[in-house]
Amino acid sequence: MESLLSIAVGILFATGIYMMLRRNLIKFIFGFMLMGNGINLLIFTVGRLTRGTAPIVPEELEYLDGSVIQDFANPLPQALILTAIVIGFGFVAFSLVLLYRTYTVEKSLDTDMLQESVLPEVTP
Amino acid sequence: MSLGWTVLSGFILAAIAPFIHKFTKNATGWLLSLLPLGIAFYLFTTYFAPVTSGETFVATIPWFADLGANLTFYLDGLSLMFALLISVFGFFIIIYAGGYLKGDPHLGRFYLYLIMFMASMLGVVLASNLIGLFIFWELTSISSFFLIGYKYKYLSARKAAQQALLITGLGGLALLAGFILIGLGTGTFELTEILQNPEALKTLPAFPAILIFLILGAFTKSAQWPFHVWLPNAMEAPTPVSAYLHSATMVKAGIYLLARFSPLMEGVAAWQITLTSIGAITALMAAILALKASDLKQILAYSTLIALGTLTLLIGSGTEAAFKAAMVFLLAHSLYKGALFMAAGAIDHEAGTRDIRELGGLIGKMPITFFAVLLAGISMAGLPPAFGFIGKELSYKALLYGENIFVLAALLTNMGLFAASIVVIAKPFFGKFKAAKDKVHEAPLSLFFGPVVLATSSIVFGFFPGFLDKLMTAAQKSLLGVQHAGKDVHLHLFPETFSDPAFILSMITFAVGAVIFLLWRPVFNGLNAIAPRLDIGPARWYLWALEDLERFAKWQTRRIQTGNLRNDIRYSFIFTFALVAYALYRSKLSFTVDFSGLMIYDFIVFFLMLGGAFAAVRANTRLSAITALGAVGFSVALVFIVYAAPDLAITQFMIETLVVIIIALVIVRLPSFHLHERANVGGRWRDAIIAGVAGLCITLTMLVVLQQPLNTNLSEYFAAESVPHGKGHNIVNVILVDFRGVDTMGEISVLAIAAMGVYALLKFGRKEPEDELDLADKSGDELGEKLGEK
Repeated sequence: MESLLSIAVGILFATGIYMMLRRNLIKFIFGFMLMGNGINLLIFTVGRLTRGTAPIVPEELEYLDGSVIQDFANPLPQALILTAIVIGFGFVAFSLVLLYRTYTVEKSLDTDMLQESVLPEVTP
Repeated sequence: MSLGWTVLSGFILAAIAPFIHKFTKNATGWLLSLLPLGIAFYLFTTYFAPVTSGETFVATIPWFADLGANLTFYLDGLSLMFALLISVFGFFIIIYAGGYLKGDPHLGRFYLYLIMFMASMLGVVLASNLIGLFIFWELTSISSFFLIGYKYKYLSARKAAQQALLITGLGGLALLAGFILIGLGTGTFELTEILQNPEALKTLPAFPAILIFLILGAFTKSAQWPFHVWLPNAMEAPTPVSAYLHSATMVKAGIYLLARFSPLMEGVAAWQITLTSIGAITALMAAILALKASDLKQILAYSTLIALGTLTLLIGSGTEAAFKAAMVFLLAHSLYKGALFMAAGAIDHEAGTRDIRELGGLIGKMPITFFAVLLAGISMAGLPPAFGFIGKELSYKALLYGENIFVLAALLTNMGLFAASIVVIAKPFFGKFKAAKDKVHEAPLSLFFGPVVLATSSIVFGFFPGFLDKLMTAAQKSLLGVQHAGKDVHLHLFPETFSDPAFILSMITFAVGAVIFLLWRPVFNGLNAIAPRLDIGPARWYLWALEDLERFAKWQTRRIQTGNLRNDIRYSFIFTFALVAYALYRSKLSFTVDFSGLMIYDFIVFFLMLGGAFAAVRANTRLSAITALGAVGFSVALVFIVYAAPDLAITQFMIETLVVIIIALVIVRLPSFHLHERANVGGRWRDAIIAGVAGLCITLTMLVVLQQPLNTNLSEYFAAESVPHGKGHNIVNVILVDFRGVDTMGEISVLAIAAMGVYALLKFGRKEPEDELDLADKSGDELGEKLGEK
C-alpha cells in the first residue's frame, strides 16, 4: 500500500500545485487544500502503514514493549498529522475570509488584476 | 596587562561618551581629550625609555584561548611610535572636534565614533595576535564608515562612506584570508612568534597567496593605486575626521602593516617590486591630481596620497636607509598634515568656503591660523628648516641607492608636492581679500590649538631632530627584524656637504616646483580640461562594478520577484523541486514498487481520491469543485480508518465537513468560477509540466525514503511511557496533551488568533459597506475613531 499511496500523494501534489498557479484566488485555496491533504498522507505513509491495530495500549498492559510495538500503528506521525489537520483548517478558514474581504474591497479575485490595482509603483 | 587597557579603555569611554556629552556640553571635547592625553603620557613615561633601549613588551588578556585567539598586545619601537602618534593626535582632534562641531545635535554620537576609531587604531598597532589585529582592523573600517557618513543627509557623504567601507572591507577580508593561511601554516597566530622565524613563513607552500592577501589588505587601507579612489571622496567627512584619518591613523594602518611584515619579506622579490612600483605610481598620480584640485581639503587629500605612495615605495625598497627615511617621513607627514587639515577646517569654518579660487587675503583676519599653515606648509614643501626637509633628504638618499626610475618618480612627485604646498600657503592668505562671508574672524582656541602646536613642532623637530633619534632607531629596528643589528639613527638638519646628491635633487625640486606654482592657474585649467577625457581610471571601474551589481540585482528582482502571486509561487516551486530533484539524483534512485497485499477497498479509496483531485482541477462551477474537494478529504479519512488511525479519521471527518460548510457559506458571496481564465494554453501546459514534475519528485522521494529503515526510538519511548507517565492508554492522545503539550497549546493559540482575525475581517466588512473603498487609504486610527462613533 505504501507504493500506491506514494503515487496518490504525488498526484495530490501535482493537482494542488497546478490549481495554486491559476489566476483565480479561490482556486489557489482549493489547490492548497489538495496539497495539504497530500502532505498529511505523506507524513502518514513514510511513518509506515499498519493495518488494523490502533496505537492504543490494551487495558491489561502497562506499556507496549519493543516486541509488541511492531504490530501496532506508529503513533508519532499520527500525533503530528493531527496537529497539521487542525492548523490547516485554521489556515483555510482565515484565508477564505481574507479572500472575501479582498473581493469586497477590490471587486476582483484575479491575481493578475490584483497585482496591478494593489501595488503602488515602486521608484528605485 | 595595562598595555591591553590602553586599548580597551578607549572602547569603554566611547560607549559612555554620548552620556557624558549630555552633561558637559561644550566642555566635552576638552574633557574627553584627557584619555588620549593620559594614554600618551602613560606610554611615554612607562615604555619610552625601555623600548628605545631595545626592550619589547607583551601583555595577554585571555579570550578564546582554545582557538588560539587571545587578546595579546605587543610593544616595540614601531608600535610605540604609532601608538604615540595615535594618542597624541587623538588628543588634539577631540579638542578640535568639540570646537568645530559645536552645537551639532549629534555631537555625542560623533565622540562615540571618534573615540571608538581611536581605540581601534591603537588596537591595530598594538595587537600581537593576528585574529585580534584583524578585528581591530575591521573596527577601524566600521567606525570610519560612520565617521565619513556622519553628515548622512548628504548623498555624497553616504556614497563616500559606502565606498570606503566596501573597498577597505574587501581588503579586510583578504587580510583575514592571509592571516588564516599564516596561522595554519606556521601553527601560531602570534606576531611575536612569527617575527622570530621569517624562514618558516617564506617556505610555506601558501606563501604566494599570503603575499597577495597581505598586499591587498594594506593597499586598500592605505589607498594605493588602484584602490585610492575612496580616500579623496572620504573628504565628505567633517574636517576633524579627515584630519585624523589622513594624518596619523586609518591610512597609516596599511603602512603599519607593510612595515610590520617587512622584516619577514626580506629578499622577497615579488614584495619589493609590487610595493615600489605601485607606491611610485600612486605618488606620481596623486601629485598630478593635487594640482587639479581647488578645494583645500582635496589638495591635502591628494598630498596624503603622495605621502602614502612614497612610504610604500620606501618600505618596498627594503634597505636600512629606506626604512629610516620611511619612519622619519611618516612622522613628518603626520605632523604637518594634521595641522594643515585642521587649519583648512578652521578656514572653512570662518570664511565659509574651502575653494582656494574664492579665498584670498586672509592673513590679516586670521593671523594665528596663517602662522600654523605657514609652518606646516614649509614642512610639507620639504623646505629647510622644517622636519619635512629632513624626511625628504633621507628619501632621496635612500632612493639613490636603488633604481634610477624611482629617483625620477620621487623627484617629479616632490615637485608637484612642493607646488601644492605653496598653493595651500599662498592662495588663501595673500592677495586681495576674498571669502564667502563678509566678516571673517580668527578661529577660536579649540580650532587653532592643535594646528599651532603640531605646526610648531614640525619646525622644532627640524631644528632639533636629535630628540627623535632614539625613537627612530627603535622603529627602524622593528622594520629590519631581529636578524639585523642596524646602525643607530642620527638625524641632523643640514647635510655634511652641499654637494650631496640628495641636496642637489632638493634644489632642483624647489626650482621646478616654484615654476609650477607660478603657472598654477594654467596648469589647473589645463588639467581640468583634459580630465573628463581621461575618466577611465579606477574611479570609473568602481562605479561600473557597483552599477552592474545594482543592475543585476534589479534585473533578477524584476524577473523573479515580480509581485505577481502566481509568478512568485512558480519560482518558489521550481527552486524547491530543483533541490529535491538534485537530492533524488544523489540518492541514485534505488527503490522498489510493491503492490502486494492490497485489498479491493484500497483501490476503491485510491481511485476515489484521484477522481476527486482531477475533478477539482477540471471543475467548472464552484459547487462541483467543493464536492470534489470533499471527496478527496473523505477518502483521506478512509485511509486513516483502514490504517489504524481512528483519531485522525474522526478529526479529518469533522474538519472536512466544517470546511465544506464554511466554503459553501463564503463562496456564494464570491464571484463565479467562470473567471475567464485568459485563453493561455501555453501557460497552462507550462504550469501542468511544473506541477507534474513536482508530483513525480514527491512520489519518487517517498519511494526512496521508504527504502530506508525507520527509526522508531521516539515511538517506542512514547509507547512505553504513555501509561506509566501519561496515565493514558491512547498513545496519540497522550503525545498531544502530555509529551508535546506546549506544542498543542501553540496550536490552540494559532487557531484562536485565526478566529480573531476572521471575526475582525467579517466585522469590518459588515459595518461599513459604503466606506469600503476608502479603507485602503485610511490609517488605523481614523478607522478606529469611525467605528467608535458608530
